[in-house]
Amino acid sequence: MTQLFLEQALNGLQFGLMLFLLAAGLTLVFGIMDCINLAHGSLYMVGAYLVAAAAQASGSFWIGLALGVGAAALLGLVLELTLFRQLYKRDHLSQVLATFALILIANEAVRMIWGAQPVMLNPPEALSGPVEIGGFFYPAYRLVIIAFGIAVAGLLYLLVAKSRVGMWVRAGASNREMTEALGINVQALFTVVFVFGAALCALAGGLLGPLLAVQVGMGESVLILAFVVIIIGGIGSIRGALVGSLIVGTVDTLGRALLPTLLRAILPADAAANLGPALASILIYLLMAGILFFKPQGLFPARA
Amino acid sequence: MSLLLEIAGLEVAYGPSQVLFGLDLSMQEGAAATLLGRNGMGKTTTLRAVCGLEPVKAGSIHFAGERINGWRPDRIGRAGIALVPEGRQCFPNLTVDEHLVAFFANRRAVAGPWTPARVYALFPRLKERARNLGNQLSGGEQQMLAIGRALVTNPRLLILDEATEGLAPMVREEIWACLAQLRAAGQSILVIDKYVEKLIALADQHTIIERGQVVWQGTSTELDADHGIWHRYLGI
Ligand SMILES: Nc1ncnc2c1ncn2[C@@H]1O[C@H](COP(=O)(O)OP(=O)(O)OP(=O)(O)O)[C@@H](O)[C@H]1O
Ligand SMILES: [Mg+2]
Repeated sequence: MTQLFLEQALNGLQFGLMLFLLAAGLTLVFGIMDCINLAHGSLYMVGAYLVAAAAQASGSFWIGLALGVGAAALLGLVLELTLFRQLYKRDHLSQVLATFALILIANEAVRMIWGAQPVMLNPPEALSGPVEIGGFFYPAYRLVIIAFGIAVAGLLYLLVAKSRVGMWVRAGASNREMTEALGINVQALFTVVFVFGAALCALAGGLLGPLLAVQVGMGESVLILAFVVIIIGGIGSIRGALVGSLIVGTVDTLGRALLPTLLRAILPADAAANLGPALASILIYLLMAGILFFKPQGLFPARA
Repeated sequence: MSLLLEIAGLEVAYGPSQVLFGLDLSMQEGAAATLLGRNGMGKTTTLRAVCGLEPVKAGSIHFAGERINGWRPDRIGRAGIALVPEGRQCFPNLTVDEHLVAFFANRRAVAGPWTPARVYALFPRLKERARNLGNQLSGGEQQMLAIGRALVTNPRLLILDEATEGLAPMVREEIWACLAQLRAAGQSILVIDKYVEKLIALADQHTIIERGQVVWQGTSTELDADHGIWHRYLGI
């Protein structure tokens, strides 16, 4: 039981960290530019495909990851300069409609280029086996994802909390006009943030590719989770995105793995079998409702 | 002395309602000038137009010989105009120290530039509050921070919009003393405020506007000599 728990806790951590890569970009774009980007999940999907394609072409997972992330960043740049720059000025409804259209376009484009079948992305050879930690075996590749996630989260935290660029980003999020009057080119800054967000999406997509199927529509389910994360954490807050991601990742993973077992201990077997999976799948939404009840702005509100 | 700021025939409108109707104002480098007028006459609008925060409908604004109207606000900021805005507008999600560190720049490579350390020396109270967020300060501290934040950009022209508004008398005196000190150090200043006696002592050149037009312009001596002007245009 403890072993199962530990294993699932690590899975939850790993899932939470990957969610963070997605939520970080989403919360900044939403919080700073006040732009709802439903196509954020599509960047994750396209990123995963780009990584898979580049890995196949180059024969190396790591080269594929680097190339795919770079290509997704470039795609993000083009999208920001052409489409999103126009969208910032519009209301939320226009943003939702335009980025929903982008989801449909992305899904169709991927289907046309790579076909309807899921694409395989193999983890690097050296990491395909399990390693022993504390008396049980855990996939080495998942540990690497955790390490990656922690490193990127730490880097992002330093960037936003300690660097001058991070200060400008926060200042721009709270008062764009004043930030500009002080000599900061906020428009260019937003472009950088958007491109960064796109790269993080592709990084998450590429890293998760070997664990999940790289397929059309993979972005939509994760998008909903990412929105839950940023609402729990407080829109526009990187710290909130990190805490929210870890909460959602762990609760969701542990809930799915352990809740049915726990229920079986206190309920009749057939009731537990019915209730367990259903409860597990709505657990994070219950959690979100609970947190919003006590903190309507999320855990770390970015705006005063 | 050379012309630093030259506003000519400035017209600004908010949608259909025009606020400025051909306003003229110019000041020399190293001078201190004021913009006076009753509430709602267009003082803030004039400053915002200079900073590129409101679009200019007609007329021109030249700064250090360059026509700046139409430039984006950040470019005007980098060209050397710094605003201490109405309502102070400190960032609630940045610490006091971050306000000063983030916007420090010495683009003209002046000798002895304003650094965060020098701002702390000017306002020791900010030093004590260095790790507090912008919304955790008293009104006076916020005002000092807004001035400090403008100073660390090492501006050629410092613009202050009602910097003493809503402050306790003691704190107000501190702000006036600071402005006098900046003035003495040769900083060009354009200021809006309600305390005419203080402005006469601080500045050398005054412009009074009414309904978006200049109605009187003159020196401190002239303004001091004729209190009828105060009464007629400022209601005091
Ligand atoms: N954003 C805006 N939209 C529409 N009208 C505005 C806006 N801002 C100011 N005004 C109007 O423009 C006129 C000039 O305003 P402005 O703020 O420039 O005056 P002011 O001289 O700074 O006044 P105060 O002493 O009250 O600060 C006022 O009639 C005001 O109602
Ligand atoms: Mg005003």
